[in-house]
Amino acid sequence: MAAIAAAHKSLTSAALADTAVKDPWIRGTVVRQPATGMFAQITSSKGGRLVAASSPVANVVEIHEMALVDNVMKMRAVAGLDLPAGAAMDLKPGGFHVMLIDLKQQLKQGDIVPVTLVIEDMGAKREAVVVQAPVRGLASGHDPVKH
Amino acid sequence: MSRRYFSWLALMLSLSSLTMSVGCHPVAPKFQSTDISNSGWGQDFHLRDPQGRKRSLADYGGKAVLIFFGFIQCPDVCPTALSRAVEIKRLLGKDSQRLQVIFVTLDPERDSPPMLDEYVHAFDPSFVGLSTTLEATQTTARNFKVFYQKVPTGASYTMDHSAISYVFDPSGHLRLAVTHGQTAASVAADLRILFREKAG
Repeated sequence: MAAIAAAHKSLTSAALADTAVKDPWIRGTVVRQPATGMFAQITSSKGGRLVAASSPVANVVEIHEMALVDNVMKMRAVAGLDLPAGAAMDLKPGGFHVMLIDLKQQLKQGDIVPVTLVIEDMGAKREAVVVQAPVRGLASGHDPVKH
Repeated sequence: MSRRYFSWLALMLSLSSLTMSVGCHPVAPKFQSTDISNSGWGQDFHLRDPQGRKRSLADYGGKAVLIFFGFIQCPDVCPTALSRAVEIKRLLGKDSQRLQVIFVTLDPERDSPPMLDEYVHAFDPSFVGLSTTLEATQTTARNFKVFYQKVPTGASYTMDHSAISYVFDPSGHLRLAVTHGQTAASVAADLRILFREKAG
């Protein structure tokens, strides 16, 4: 984490130039709930790959993909998420999310939680982007699949 | 696990054959959800509420029951299903008093009764979160043809599970299977039909 923070310091301007993160949010939790998801829209201007994430509120952070297969919800950790150049990648309910696991505290609506996204560019150079993600209510993000 | 998988396949086949039999009938299907009135699934449940009281269908007598099986850590399917239930209640207006929404945890090892209580109340104060032992959770899920399994992730585990909600009519008969993609309006419309049946 310290390494990521240091990397972030030196790379902030480059990261800001290459990667834009829009509308980040985290789903609120109940007391003692051990995990929750973060959602956002990530655009990498030159293309890259989201390879890791971290946050001071969680001991473990993973990149997950959710899929509905024959009415069964399946969730899997993935090694990374490709960010095609210039295309907005949605991390949203029903698709990818950053999973904050082994939470150190309850995340309440209105809290602001820093999450560091580590993005690797085409030359395998890593940059860290710190996102300040507001916590929304548990019931947020209701977006039923349209028929 | 493979047995569960096959019972899930059987469920999908029966759902599609039920849909087909409705589709072939000369009368247009009246429900937008899948009619499972004659399926014989989930006649009742025997669970406990967060206060430790035994709860079965009879405790919600006279109300329609919308029941969903999930787990608290579920990042989007469960909150989406419960948020839809909130919207269904809003659409029903004063008839919302005639609907009880129940969330049953498939992960009783992590979802303690107090957590369940706080979780469902974050959506609506009238919602009820029920749980039971690990073994009885399996039996209950089997009765409702709910598929679920633990899946290890890097740090912990998650749950694959059916994203279907079920509806009991006010007389306590299991009537409808509601898919994850159905809108709140479609479910509210189906519930109004069930309420009229009761009234008529």
